[in-house]
Amino acid sequence: MAYDSAKIYSLSTCSHCKAAKRFLGECKVKYEFVDVDSLTGEERQAILTDIKELNPRCSFPTIVIGDTVIVGFHEDKIREALGIKNGD
Amino acid sequence: MEIKTLYETLRKIQEPKGYFFNKDLDLVFELLEALLLNKESYGYMACPCRLASGDRDHDRDILCPCDYREPDVKEYGACFCGLYVSRELKQGQRSAEYVPERRDPDRFV
Repeated sequence: MAYDSAKIYSLSTCSHCKAAKRFLGECKVKYEFVDVDSLTGEERQAILTDIKELNPRCSFPTIVIGDTVIVGFHEDKIREALGIKNGD
Repeated sequence: MEIKTLYETLRKIQEPKGYFFNKDLDLVFELLEALLLNKESYGYMACPCRLASGDRDHDRDILCPCDYREPDVKEYGACFCGLYVSRELKQGQRSAEYVPERRDPDRFV
């Protein structure tokens, strides 16, 4: 596997974000997540600035694996970014 | 309000308008639960898959059903979060696609 860690910008209420976290868990990948809806004030604004640089649409989930940014929950793109071959 | 009640209430209102709940009922009930959570947290049913601001008027375009449901269901067969789908998608006459975000990103604050 090319990478064994990921970062997800997510919302606690978003089903696609929950599915992405579940999938990364199934892939045995350590991931860090930020539920942006639980943030307020300057911390929230700083994170939104970061997200808009990675994903100008500011949609969720926004997933970072190495240098790859994946917008939305796409199993195929996540596998590819992790370097997981089908059947691994 | 109980999720099953919300499900039945919305189904009776939305189906005649041509909007059907996703056949993935786990997803539907998870999203309805999230709508009720948002109602509790913010006082309004903001779309569960978009960052709510906490200001109802500012978020009037993402009150469920959101302003983007119509163009999204027309183009992709489903709304952004996947709660509502078209008749064709419900009946398996078209397959689900990823729905990109239409909302102006500057509205996320």
